Amino acid sequence: MEKRIRVLVAKPGLDGHDRGAKVVARALRDAGFEVIYTGLRQTPEQIAEAALQEDVNVVAMSILSGAHPHLFPKIVKLVREKGLTDALIIGGGVIPEGDIPALKEAGVAGVFTPGTPTGDIIKFIKENVK
Amino acid sequence: MSNEKIQAELAKYQANVEKAIAKFPERANVPAQRLYTPLDVKDTDYADEIGFPGVYPFTRGVQPTMYRGRFWTMRMYAGFSTAEESNKRYRYLIESGATGLSCAFDLPTQIGYDSDDEISEGEVGKVGVAIDSLADMEVLFDKIDLGKVSTSMTINAPASVLLAMYIAVAEKQGVAADQLKGTIQNDILKEYAARGTYIFPPRPSMRLITNIFEYCSKHVPKWNTISISGYHIREAGSTASQEIAFTIADGIAYCEAAIKAGLDVDAFAGRLSFFWNAHNNVLEEVAKFRASRRVWAKVMKERFQAKNPKSWMLRVHTQTAGSMLTAQQPNNNIVRVALQTAAAVMGGTQSLHTNSRDEALALPTEDSVMVALRTQQIVAYESGLADVIDPLAGSYYVEALTNKIEAEAWEYIKKIDEIGGAVTAIEKGYIQKEIQDSAYKWQMDVESNAKVIVGVNKFQVEEKPVEGLLRVDASVGEKQKAKLADMRANRDNAAVQAALAALEKACQDEEENLMPHILAAVKTYATLGEICGVMRKVFGEYEAHVNL
Repeated sequence: MEKRIRVLVAKPGLDGHDRGAKVVARALRDAGFEVIYTGLRQTPEQIAEAALQEDVNVVAMSILSGAHPHLFPKIVKLVREKGLTDALIIGGGVIPEGDIPALKEAGVAGVFTPGTPTGDIIKFIKENVK
Repeated sequence: MSNEKIQAELAKYQANVEKAIAKFPERANVPAQRLYTPLDVKDTDYADEIGFPGVYPFTRGVQPTMYRGRFWTMRMYAGFSTAEESNKRYRYLIESGATGLSCAFDLPTQIGYDSDDEISEGEVGKVGVAIDSLADMEVLFDKIDLGKVSTSMTINAPASVLLAMYIAVAEKQGVAADQLKGTIQNDILKEYAARGTYIFPPRPSMRLITNIFEYCSKHVPKWNTISISGYHIREAGSTASQEIAFTIADGIAYCEAAIKAGLDVDAFAGRLSFFWNAHNNVLEEVAKFRASRRVWAKVMKERFQAKNPKSWMLRVHTQTAGSMLTAQQPNNNIVRVALQTAAAVMGGTQSLHTNSRDEALALPTEDSVMVALRTQQIVAYESGLADVIDPLAGSYYVEALTNKIEAEAWEYIKKIDEIGGAVTAIEKGYIQKEIQDSAYKWQMDVESNAKVIVGVNKFQVEEKPVEGLLRVDASVGEKQKAKLADMRANRDNAAVQAALAALEKACQDEEENLMPHILAAVKTYATLGEICGVMRKVFGEYEAHVNL
């Protein structure tokens, strides 16, 4: 049997808006992925550690507070430092179009903004996960 | 026409229309009945259930005058970056005709951390203004007369600290606490269930809330001590009925806690206020406002035996639904907000915040905020919607829907009572799960196109990125840290330590009201993080458990 894709859905920072994260987590689970949700207020260090402990293929981060330019790159760096060099790292939330190139540059493979169907995220993961 | 005659005519109509309508499958799944008649409201007693504005059960509004006296308070939620920047925005709003202030605090402030705390990195000044101490609060309200303006503060877990800072600033302006008008959100239960800015576990949190009720009833009598909020429950994905049901269940829990702490219901109930969402479905929203007033009036009169009619009134602030704004074709949001405003006004809100068109992308620019405020003014002065009190009363549909939402709310309240009340229902994750299920259903309905969101799953166009969005200067965090270091160096640190030690001791004694101790600490320029740190040490922190 093919190994199931493992996804860590993470809420970095202090932002409490988790409607999107929970909906995405459930949609990914319904699509057959194994999903671990961190809960709120995780530090970049905690998220990287959870990614390592859970041995995930994907880290999916959600921020709606505007702290993404600071936190997303930091998480990518820490996840890589833990040795998860192949993990697919994606992010979503209230993210202005203009911020996306810098996030991609920092290693966030996909950025999903409000209105994205969960099907698009599932497809992106299936096509890009290693 | 007799009910029998109506029934017969209705049967004829239904038979004819079935055939004709079979050609339009796209509109088949609308949940409302196609047509409402007197039969749908035949059991509704006008005097008992609808009645008159300002009279129990307040279905038609809490004041006898409603908007024929004065319009609702046009209160725009604002705040970002530093106290200096936000003070400028507040004064701009007041000059533009806003009639109340509404402060947005950044996340570190909402969760009781100072700007120089490691956990605050990247968040300082982002979703609201950063407040570390009384010094920031003095700047925030500089040249704003706290004796005149009414101020709403969206602050929950550390509400006691921000209220104390507000009282202290007013005192410096020469305004006595008993003259202050405004609201603190102070609704911790919905933080656990939907919004996420909790700090302490439920028990000490409920104590802080009842301490505030008691303190304000004696010293700040015009202050709304809590804004029991359905807004965020709805934003998290609930239905209209769940929004009012879970919120009123929270309200019941606060009343029970205060009564258990020895307060008389009529001493605090008149200062309880509510906060509703104005969502997209206009008539459903109007019915929701009407039903909520009726449910709360019955809860207060029958369940808690409150005697003062003011204790029975559900007074409500409203905000248009942020989660219904789309990042696609953002100008369409102006229309959504106008309809939501119409709903809130026909529903009889006491105050209103209208969201700006660009808020699915970033914090709003000044231009966008102006359009949002003008939307309220157009509805107030031009639309005629505010000319007649409760204008939709008597609509077969709206009355039937009001009854339906009320009945659904009672069902949930009963269920929550059986679980052991709102606190237990939240601890068990029941309320969170109900909200999550509704949110997921909404998303799946949108993805299957059962629900159409214009510009998102229908009528899409290729768009260029929106330009001119508001950006919070990345240097805010550093600036705020420098200000804080300077303040710490210039205050009387012995006085700070003494005040914090006194507060710690008071925290350990459950009989003690913490408000006077917090006020004393604030006046020494003890920081929000220091004060909350003391409480964290004694009370511990809440840990959420999520069931997907």
